[in-house]
Amino acid sequence: MKTILKSIFSLTIAAAFLVSCGGPSKKSNKGAVSGNAAEKVYVAPGEHDSHYAFVSGGFSGQLAVYGLPSGRLFRVIPVFSQDPEKAYGYSEETKPMLQTSHGFVPWGDSHHPDISQTNGSVDGRWVFINENNTPRIARISLETFETEEIIEIPNSAGNHSSSFVTENSEYVVAGTRFAVPFPQRDMSISDMKGNFSGALSFLSIDPDHGNMEIKFQIKMPGFNYDLSHPGRGKSHGWFFFSTYNTEEANTLMEVNASQNDKDFIAAINWKKIEEYVNNGGGKKMPAKYAHNTWSDETHTATHVMQKEVLVVEPKDVPGAIYFLPTAKSPHGCDVDPTGEYIIGNGKLAAAMTVHSFTKMQKAIEDKAFDGEAYGIPIIKFDAVNYGTLDQPGLGPLHTEFDTRGNGYTTFFISSEVVKWNIKDLKVIDRHPVYYSVGHLMIPGGNSRTPDDKYMVAMNKITKDRYLPTGPEVCQSAQLFDISGEKMELLLDFPTIGEPHYAAGIAAEKIAPKSKKIYKLNENKHHYAVTNEGETNVVRKGNEVHIKMSMIRSHFSPDNIEGVKVGDKVFFHVTNLEQDYDVPHGISMIGANTSELLIMPGRTATFTWEPKQVGVWPFYCTDFCSALHQEMQGYIRVSPKSSDIKISYTLDGDVPGEDEEE
Amino acid sequence: MKKSRLLMMVGSFLLLGLFIFPLWNITLEAPQYPIPLGMDIYITKFQDTHEFDIKNINLMNHYVGMQYIPDTIPEFKIFPIVIGVMAFLGMFIGFKANYKWFLGWFVLMSILGIAGMYDFYLWEYDYGHNLDPKAIMNFKNPDGSVMGFQPPLFGTKDILNFTAHSYPLVGAYFMFVGMFMTFIAFFLGKKEASN
Ligand SMILES: [Cu+2]
Repeated sequence: MKTILKSIFSLTIAAAFLVSCGGPSKKSNKGAVSGNAAEKVYVAPGEHDSHYAFVSGGFSGQLAVYGLPSGRLFRVIPVFSQDPEKAYGYSEETKPMLQTSHGFVPWGDSHHPDISQTNGSVDGRWVFINENNTPRIARISLETFETEEIIEIPNSAGNHSSSFVTENSEYVVAGTRFAVPFPQRDMSISDMKGNFSGALSFLSIDPDHGNMEIKFQIKMPGFNYDLSHPGRGKSHGWFFFSTYNTEEANTLMEVNASQNDKDFIAAINWKKIEEYVNNGGGKKMPAKYAHNTWSDETHTATHVMQKEVLVVEPKDVPGAIYFLPTAKSPHGCDVDPTGEYIIGNGKLAAAMTVHSFTKMQKAIEDKAFDGEAYGIPIIKFDAVNYGTLDQPGLGPLHTEFDTRGNGYTTFFISSEVVKWNIKDLKVIDRHPVYYSVGHLMIPGGNSRTPDDKYMVAMNKITKDRYLPTGPEVCQSAQLFDISGEKMELLLDFPTIGEPHYAAGIAAEKIAPKSKKIYKLNENKHHYAVTNEGETNVVRKGNEVHIKMSMIRSHFSPDNIEGVKVGDKVFFHVTNLEQDYDVPHGISMIGANTSELLIMPGRTATFTWEPKQVGVWPFYCTDFCSALHQEMQGYIRVSPKSSDIKISYTLDGDVPGEDEEE
Repeated sequence: MKKSRLLMMVGSFLLLGLFIFPLWNITLEAPQYPIPLGMDIYITKFQDTHEFDIKNINLMNHYVGMQYIPDTIPEFKIFPIVIGVMAFLGMFIGFKANYKWFLGWFVLMSILGIAGMYDFYLWEYDYGHNLDPKAIMNFKNPDGSVMGFQPPLFGTKDILNFTAHSYPLVGAYFMFVGMFMTFIAFFLGKKEASN
């Protein structure tokens, strides 16, 4: 215990020391914005932002969409958590999206969004995001801004080094943060060392539709795989994963996993492994994991349990995997736009490690190895290391890049962003952030072509930055202009959940193809209607299925009788509108679910189990028109023993009967 | 061939443009429609300016009890016949007949055109005044009479929260230019005859 206290004490001293000599200046945290910053972030009413920022919601499980430079919040896309606002995870159609091998999991811990790429540039087709707690990767359509696919990752725990995409969207990766038995089994935790494994999964992406599939899983030594980035340009074909706990400790990790002076970056030649797999390599192993897909045709998700996964042992593909020693417990693992430099942010080290891809190639050729770990060659530090950035700050976490050869690194402990030149490893500028910054983002960050005008720092603590809201205050993002030599702070804006990481892209790559409505005549939902004449109510045993329509400003039918206590009533509701921005909602008194918010042309379903007799109203939950308040209806609920037959009307007539005459 | 005959033939041929291009357009602007709703009128059909515009015009109009814009009207059968006959008649006259017939054709075509516009006016009047007595909203003019929602025959007019525009489109310009050419053909023919 004493040693821990001592080390914390010395860390504090170190922080104080660093601050006093060239650390962030501690004048006022309020006067940090220069004169014309407001002008630079002002987007006049009716005008549009130049960039989209997709900011992860961290423990909210969602993905928030902001505009840059204004910092305005446009939408929260539900991904891994239920969202009553959009009925995601509540409607019968979206419930399958949250199915896993552990059953229905209504919450997730979303981390790293990454945008699909074509030829090394972000293309604005899809954004991928990982879930840490129940290992999953989701794909979100940037036409509809809705989650279209979620795939669970087997043999993993804490899917953290994820979901980064290769430069032609060949693969999105998942890596286990926690080493676990592979496959899971009942065993003593103290026997962990040498018996646990770390799964690195490569999910192929269908180039036309984006559908994911676990192509192969590498069974790595039982270290913790923290973060990752793909190679690009000359290093395309490789993937780099930072590791910690190469000690393979299993208790009091803050101490026991921080003993080695160097941990590793695992360099994976995925092209080589892909080739091995395509030639029949690897072994199919039983594995239970969910694969959920959404269809915009049926407006329904499908949940399928997969039964096996293809596993590759590193020893079977010699020359495909190497370890690069990297200063202490690296967190971020970042590759610069040229693909030459691989930066390991040793969060506990004083120096940042910069590796060279060219040197790595040569070292492999020369067999400049320093032994091996579980059969995987460890490249000699000097043979791969390009250099180190000495004493840049305290607690380096993540680095992003501009196109002018600079890196921007966040320092958690010293709460700052440091700009440095990669070639000569010299610090150019440093700027305090408020406070405790995690990731930072430059639009197009994980690509060959960063759009280096803006940088966003994502902070964990805000304390005095905003009006207080009780013990829980917001977390925040801070926008910087990085077009000049010095970084300029422009704006703070609050974020939902924990803004873990973000992905940014120029608005023009997404906005023009944003979907406006779903076409009714393309709606293949089983219970869809294309006009009011097709609406009806049908009893099947104790199930009552209502095929209902909604249009400004009424439901059809709007009077229903013959429902009984103990029935299960399905509201299958179609929005007949075909006009942009005219959704309707529906909810029913006593329904143990959320409302439905239904876009034009879409069908959605909720269930209602009436427990009391009476005449119960339902209504539109979205202020849709001048007569929104009148958009309502009634259902009569009779006792279980009643023999009242199902009947339904709109304005006194059965919908559709006139037309048949 | 004489210039006048050529002009007469080409002029009446241009009427056939009405089979390809829309004759007229009605556009409705409102604050909540940054992309205005519009309807193109052909001699054979009504068509959305943007997909689903007519459906959305109907939806807006039901508040004041206006009828739905019909899928088809009897004029869509008559207009193509009239235009087809007049075009071929004009070309035949241009090819064969005395230049005096050119003026005859022009006068007939003008009468038909005016009749068409009158028909259009009647349709608009009915559309804008024949309101459902159970309409959700009833509006009265300052003089106490029931407000009508008739779009303008030609030009721009404010109707409640909408600004309605009614203007000819490409097909109509083909017709106007064609008719003007036949009119010139008559004078040219007269000049050629006197020489
Ligand atoms: Cu409504």
